[in-house]
Amino acid sequence: MIARLIGDARHVAIGAASPIPASGAFLLKSQQPALRVSLHQRRRANPFTEGSRELFDLAGQGRIDVFFLGGAQIDGEASINLVRADGRRFPGSFGSAFMYPVIPRTILFREEHSRRALVPRVEFVSARGDPFALLTGKALFSWQKKARRFRLESVHPGHTVEEIRADTGFGFDSPVSVSTTLSPTAVQLALLRGPVAKEIAADYPEFAARVWDA
Amino acid sequence: MEVVRALIRRRARGLRLLGVPVLGFSADLLIGAGCVAEVETSAVSLGEAGLAPRFTEAAQKGEIKIRDATCPAIHTALQAAEKGVPFMPLRGVLGSDLVSGRADWKVLQNPFAEGADPILYVPAIAPDIALFHARWADEAGNVWIGRRKEVATMAHAAKRTLVTFEELRAGDMLEDELLAPGVLAAVYVEAVAPAERGAWPLGVAEVYGIDDAHLAHYARAARTREGFQRYLDEFVCTRKKNSLPA
Repeated sequence: MIARLIGDARHVAIGAASPIPASGAFLLKSQQPALRVSLHQRRRANPFTEGSRELFDLAGQGRIDVFFLGGAQIDGEASINLVRADGRRFPGSFGSAFMYPVIPRTILFREEHSRRALVPRVEFVSARGDPFALLTGKALFSWQKKARRFRLESVHPGHTVEEIRADTGFGFDSPVSVSTTLSPTAVQLALLRGPVAKEIAADYPEFAARVWDA
Repeated sequence: MEVVRALIRRRARGLRLLGVPVLGFSADLLIGAGCVAEVETSAVSLGEAGLAPRFTEAAQKGEIKIRDATCPAIHTALQAAEKGVPFMPLRGVLGSDLVSGRADWKVLQNPFAEGADPILYVPAIAPDIALFHARWADEAGNVWIGRRKEVATMAHAAKRTLVTFEELRAGDMLEDELLAPGVLAAVYVEAVAPAERGAWPLGVAEVYGIDDAHLAHYARAARTREGFQRYLDEFVCTRKKNSLPA
């Protein structure tokens, strides 16, 4: 799904702690070699030579098309919170406050799909903007810029619309019949388990070992 | 890291840490050891090892002051200091609660725009001390930082720069065209000191990698104050530099 969302972009950048978006991006690159994938925290062969500000300078100039952001909380206004909730402190906003409004296609990504993660209103707005999509472990939403509301696009295999309603803390629109998210093809799965897992393992060794046994 | 461990052994107090642009393992150790009064940063995290446990607890208990920022705001503030100008503008960020949390940031009209164009201005940051570990220092007092240019920006902006290094090189690296682009010149550097494996358990590119197993061990141990204290006893007070049994 991540590879499909990146679509025909020329340059996708991946920030901190994003092994799943990184996997999707490298999967797409294995099929579309012209795609540029810049992994901000790459340990070897990092794409940047001007220090950690270069990612933001590139984004500010419009040289990055797609970026992924997550959040301890994400709300129905598409605001994200990386700072604090329910008395708990999280790491902090990282570059989100800047990246979200300047990147043309920001994809919100949160694996956990629950009322704890998807809330009516975030406690702290780390960043706000107009996302391209919200992808969770259970469903895909698009963003309706004018109405400022999410719209359910598809539900991942094994989940139902009722379950999505029950587990989502904010209101959203949904078509009469909601489609099922397409599963990866056999070819894509083979790529994910092979070369992509290997590519990811250098920077996310724990993730690669846990998910792909790489 | 070696200086961080020494600061803990010397019971440093009241430090104000600036993350360029984030803080990690060093900050968590210093916070847990009670050395820190305040942090200004975009985040504090142990990367793949997860949340920084001592920071998290100190923040939740209100034991340290936190000035939340966002990565490019810190880079921009340091770039203002290295240019000697009092502030610099930055796009984005408007709409974030970070702005209202920072009395020192201002949203003003772009003076060059015809129509309304609000933009964030951040004041220059000139740290008292820039501290980092480098692969090489040379006999001329230069240090090699390679592609880690944020380290150069930090040193340019800081009042004093202190560096530990892995290996000493003979001669002057500025005479080598291949090395020179990665050199921070001695003009910015107040003092250097050798510290072999001084970044451990973090890494130095092409010399040794990040010790992921050790960071994971720390992340587990430091979940409790007692576990953190045992970690300090074993790896900071006794200067042990690996996770293997003695």
